[in-house]
Amino acid sequence: MNRKPFEIVILSGKGGTGKTSLVAAMAGFTGKCVFADCDVDAADLHLIFQPDILKEESFHSGSKAEIDQQECTSCGVCMDLCRFHAIRFSNGKYTIDPFACEGCGLCEVACPAEAIRIEENYLNALVFADSRFGPLVYGRLGIGEENSGKLVSEVRKNAREKAVKTGADWILVDGPPGIGCPAISSVTGADLVIAVTEPSRSGWHDLDRLLEMTGKFKTPVGVVINKYDLRKEMSEQIEKELEQRKLPVLAKISYEEKVVHALVEGKSLPEALPGHPLVAVFREIWGKIEQMAGHR
Amino acid sequence: MKIAITSGKGGTGKTTVAVSLFHYLAEVRKEPVQLVDCDVEEPNCAIFLQAEKTGEHRVGIRIPSIDTGSCTFCGECREICAFQAIIMLPPASFIEVVEEQCHGCGACSYVCPEHAITENNQEIGKITFFRYHEMNDFLEGRLKVGSALQTQVIRELLEHVNGKGTVLLDAPPGASCPVVAVISQADYVLMVTEPTPYGLNDLKIMVETVRQIGKKAGVVVNRTGLDYAPLYTWLQEENIPVLAGIPFHRKYAGAYADGIILSEAFPEIRELMRTILKAIGS
Repeated sequence: MNRKPFEIVILSGKGGTGKTSLVAAMAGFTGKCVFADCDVDAADLHLIFQPDILKEESFHSGSKAEIDQQECTSCGVCMDLCRFHAIRFSNGKYTIDPFACEGCGLCEVACPAEAIRIEENYLNALVFADSRFGPLVYGRLGIGEENSGKLVSEVRKNAREKAVKTGADWILVDGPPGIGCPAISSVTGADLVIAVTEPSRSGWHDLDRLLEMTGKFKTPVGVVINKYDLRKEMSEQIEKELEQRKLPVLAKISYEEKVVHALVEGKSLPEALPGHPLVAVFREIWGKIEQMAGHR
Repeated sequence: MKIAITSGKGGTGKTTVAVSLFHYLAEVRKEPVQLVDCDVEEPNCAIFLQAEKTGEHRVGIRIPSIDTGSCTFCGECREICAFQAIIMLPPASFIEVVEEQCHGCGACSYVCPEHAITENNQEIGKITFFRYHEMNDFLEGRLKVGSALQTQVIRELLEHVNGKGTVLLDAPPGASCPVVAVISQADYVLMVTEPTPYGLNDLKIMVETVRQIGKKAGVVVNRTGLDYAPLYTWLQEENIPVLAGIPFHRKYAGAYADGIILSEAFPEIRELMRTILKAIGS
């Protein structure tokens, strides 16, 4: 019997709170699991997974308008219509600012001289790989290209397909920082969000906004407080606040420099230091996730 | 001079450096400086600055609304929409705009032959103006929670940069379009990284982006002491200047947690800010 794989997304709002290290630290406990790195701006999970790349596919990375200067009659219609201020006029020439252009195509249809066309770019990549922990799917952005949520959605879609094909019970997604387009694309339709935070005023501010965002999708959330001993009082305040909101704190992780040393060797913490007290903490977090998923 | 403070990886210390530079310029050098918090998804500069709010400006886009009475379901709007934001089922006389996907470009209402599309303003974020002491401004962009149009909020925010004195742009993490929107406005890109494999991997992506746009750039290494030699080897090979290293210290991490500006609390950080600005030539 094949159950639908249960998809867990690790998010944080604020960057650098420890999403990737948490995913790597739990990776040995998950059983049959497909991993997805949706921080496509800065995918780092592969640094620990050191996977064998099976295949790469290019993926749409945005569209940009281009003006054919031979055909352009300098009427300025495009500039008047563009809402993204992406059309510049200088030295008697109209040109596109590629950093501002959203590729909407309005200028293309409006140009009376038919001098504008939309160029589609395929500079983003989808990477399929295999690792000692299981299959890994991740995205890689073309330099300066659009991190549309589309690449994030595509990474997740492919991870789901892989999970179904291989009969995996779990999909563990390393999510992007922030709460905008890529973060929204990693949450929609997921089964559980694990929010990683730290006891700092910024950490709480960012978690609060993240929880407001996930609340809109009604996705269940569990919180992990990383580096809790950096400011114990602040950790307690965060715990109290979460208790009022009826959100479970799955674990409090102490600040541990050795995690960085493990990382330098391309290992997860349990691999580098199997006897370390934090290993039990990560195992416990995974156990709680299994409980939240309903004793699978 | 406009300095963008960036990092590929999140949490390396962009905001720490940005507010420290701001404090140094405003309080030590007593020069005009404007700080712009461009991390609109998670803006944190205000946590560190006791600044007086002087105004607010809403950022909106024009979202179409389709009058099904006059719509003939010709499908031209759906055809032109680059963001797949229009759903149409002609047999059911159903047509709808998926507001979360809409970028407010106006292409659908432009092509509609029946003039069945009107537009309403929808808020996607806001810009808050602050005054810090007498002469210095601080601006913050803040994405409305649930909106996916962070880059549009950033672009509108950047239109309020005044260009008097030094402008510090605290960028979002990453290296894609929201960051490019910030970098493209800057004269200098200050890249903050940390000496770990993550830091190096994400810095490489940032450097490629900065090179493609063609900006002058340098690096600040945060949390030195956890030393990871491949970072320094790579920086040397690539000829990228390291302007300063901020040592790892629990007292800095604690002060950051409490919302304290490091250059205000620690003279040695003030000295580092001086070094950074001197190297940039500001």
